[in-house]
Amino acid sequence: MKHIISILIENEAGALSRVAGLFSARGYNIESLTVAATEDPSLSRMTLVTRGSEDVIAQITKQLNKLIDVVKLIDLADSPHIERELMMVKIKTTEQTRNDIRSVVDIFRGRILDVTPNSYVIEMTGSSEKLDAFTAAISHDSIIEVVRSGATGISRGEQGLHL
Amino acid sequence: MELSGAQILLQSLADEGVEYIFGYPGGAVLHIYDAIFQQEAVKHILVRHEQGATHAADGYARATGKPGVVLVTSGPGATNAVTGIATAYMDSIPMVVISGQVSSPVIGSDAFQEVDMVGITRPCVKHNFLVKDVTKLAETIKKAFYVATTGRPGPVVVDIPKDITAPNILVPYKYPKKVSLRSYNPVVNVAKEQIKAAVELLLSANKPMIYAGGGVVLGEASSELTEFTRHLGYPITNTLMGLGAYPATDKQFVGMLGMHGTYEANMAMHESDVIIAIGARFDDRVTGKLDEFCPYAKIIHIDIDPASISKTIKKIAIPIVGDVKPVLKQLLECLKDSKKKPNKKALETWWQQIDEWRAVQSLEYDRSSDLIKPQFVIEQLYQVTKGDAYVTSDVGQHQMWAAQYYHFDKPRRWINSGGLGTMGFGLPAAIGVKLAFPDADVACVTGEASIQMCIQELSTALQFKTPVKIINLNNRYMGMVRQWQEFSYECRYSHSYMDTIPDFVKLAEAYGHVGIRIDKPEEVRPALEQAFAMKDRTVFLDIMTDRTENVYPMIEAGKGHHDMKLRVALGTSTDRELA
Ligand SMILES: Cc1cc2nc3c(=O)[nH]c(=O)nc-3n(C[C@H](O)[C@H](O)[C@H](O)COP(=O)(O)OP(=O)(O)OC[C@H]3O[C@@H](n4cnc5c(N)ncnc54)[C@H](O)[C@@H]3O)c2cc1C
Ligand SMILES: Cc1ncc(C[n+]2csc(CCOP(=O)(O)OP(=O)(O)O)c2C)c(N)n1
Ligand SMILES: [Mg+2]
Repeated sequence: MKHIISILIENEAGALSRVAGLFSARGYNIESLTVAATEDPSLSRMTLVTRGSEDVIAQITKQLNKLIDVVKLIDLADSPHIERELMMVKIKTTEQTRNDIRSVVDIFRGRILDVTPNSYVIEMTGSSEKLDAFTAAISHDSIIEVVRSGATGISRGEQGLHL
Repeated sequence: MELSGAQILLQSLADEGVEYIFGYPGGAVLHIYDAIFQQEAVKHILVRHEQGATHAADGYARATGKPGVVLVTSGPGATNAVTGIATAYMDSIPMVVISGQVSSPVIGSDAFQEVDMVGITRPCVKHNFLVKDVTKLAETIKKAFYVATTGRPGPVVVDIPKDITAPNILVPYKYPKKVSLRSYNPVVNVAKEQIKAAVELLLSANKPMIYAGGGVVLGEASSELTEFTRHLGYPITNTLMGLGAYPATDKQFVGMLGMHGTYEANMAMHESDVIIAIGARFDDRVTGKLDEFCPYAKIIHIDIDPASISKTIKKIAIPIVGDVKPVLKQLLECLKDSKKKPNKKALETWWQQIDEWRAVQSLEYDRSSDLIKPQFVIEQLYQVTKGDAYVTSDVGQHQMWAAQYYHFDKPRRWINSGGLGTMGFGLPAAIGVKLAFPDADVACVTGEASIQMCIQELSTALQFKTPVKIINLNNRYMGMVRQWQEFSYECRYSHSYMDTIPDFVKLAEAYGHVGIRIDKPEEVRPALEQAFAMKDRTVFLDIMTDRTENVYPMIEAGKGHHDMKLRVALGTSTDRELA
């Protein structure tokens, strides 16, 4: 099953490589990983998407917690949460296809950021599944490139991941 | 007080109570060596290879419980230390390794003797630091010791660029009394309910087993374990790392378990209905085939590291995350308060069964052989040292025989590399132990292949007057490898022997020590007595043992505990494949 693990980690050089190294050394897979500083500049927030059986995920969270730089973590899959990912897609367009593409973009609530006679750059946010659905809805041949941020997430309600 | 970085480092080590650092100089640590020259509090032991420094510090740590301290230069000095760091990591040994680094401004430029030590050691340390600011040095050293020695212990590397230790930059020095890291909290409290549940399960057992490991030694909980075990009257087995945590000569001790454990220990594990694992990590050498591991047992697992619980064996009935010493005290208290008592009748039947397994005498060997049996040598060593020596070992068959035939009654007496299985560990470790306990008997049980991996430390032993006794079980084979090749590769002995083996007697003499070669069984005892009588000499006993002796019993790869290979027939082994 897919798990979104949210990690508060010391904002130190090498902290990211400790997490990445742990995954490769222990053979866990990382589907995506995002990291940036938080409102407290001494802390970074990392969102890691991984898949595995309950046993594997349990080991992953224990091993992450063992890293000295990791301050706190939660598995967002354990409770109601919101997941968002940003995607930008560059698509070939022609006179004939432009309208169709625009209406698909509207259905998915995307935005067109850049237009040339032969291309669009489309911005879209949503769950990773929604972004997958969008790329599936567009003819594969027309996609020039896709760039995705990887998922980030936050829990619903007033509880938060902080010190 | 204003000090340079190098002085701060030395003063911090002194304030931390460090007696010895094991090290080797080089460009990046010259400022530090200059500071060492100008102080007396911390004694420096100059090894002959950085791997030796790490193993010596490790041996010191295992024998004393105090962290071992290492100092190496950047680049090759640092990489030479990696094997020893990984060795300490796998066995959870507290150690602080100071490595020199190239000056901060040139880091990343492929400077002379630059290597990314923080990157290289990341997967085999508990934590590591790169010091970027001399005003943070003392605090970083304090943190390093704090992390290395608390919770599940382990090695910590502190990488110090050369400019940080420069003599012309002076900053105020104060060694912090305490440090805390907001991201690291090793103290855990155990819920009463868990203790109660564990006691209830323990008392419901008909075929109980206590399986205790290195965590009991690391957690200084031997006396608690002994009291707990005697109170219950249950059988107890120890892992290789746990030997000495419970007195081996006690009647409740059924021997080591696992791949080369006793028949009774493994059979009892297999048949048991309730197992309490105490500071042990269900290593694959212990469990054998996972699907067949202890099929009837409900398991209680005490470990300070939550990640050790349900890592390999998933079905843990009662996990207890906590420090073994207070947890055992709590368990014992709860047991004493409990109205329920162990099931006497069931226990009697259980012990009868165990005694039947004991009667198989799985450790018996051919005592009438004309050849020197390695098991006999260890038995003699045990007798000559009255069971009270510190025994270090290398890796191979000799290690298993030392574990099986030297009956350790006290913790921290058996010093070996279990998790990484590092050949070359034994001799430098023995030097570290001897420095810690100059009056104790220290023996290094080794093999002719292993000893050659750190033989250069014989020179260190002379310089620093650490008269250890080297018991070389010389079977002219990498015996452990040969044994696997005999069992699993139809005796194709691919590169498991050396066509040239040095004359160890001459070699020992060349290093300034005493060398004795022993060819006959009847020479073993007198030679051992002679060696241990030479209190101030390092003695190398080169003992020609039966070449083809194997370690029994054995659980072969992929087999379960009840599926052991026993010594088939007690007869003189022949040089069948050599003839
Ligand atoms: C050639 C060879 C053959 C081997 N054969 C065998 C064999 O037959 N049998 C065998 O047993 N081993 C054998 N080993 C050793 C094996 O590889 C492992 O090193 C060993 O089994 C691990 O021992 P352990 O489970 O006690 O764990 P250790 O490695 O000692 O780990 C200790 C555990 O205790 C925990 N701990 C630490 N401190 C505390 C504390 N204060 N409180 C609570 N918990 C704590 C740690 O988190 C860890 O989980 C062999 C090794 C070699 C090289
Ligand atoms: C550094 C290292 N390299 C290789 C091995 C694999 N290995 C394990 S035991 C062994 C043979 C050891 O031979 P020896 O020291 O003579 O001991 P014996 O088994 O003969 O008692 C080898 C090569 C190891 N454990 N460590
Ligand atoms: Mg050998």
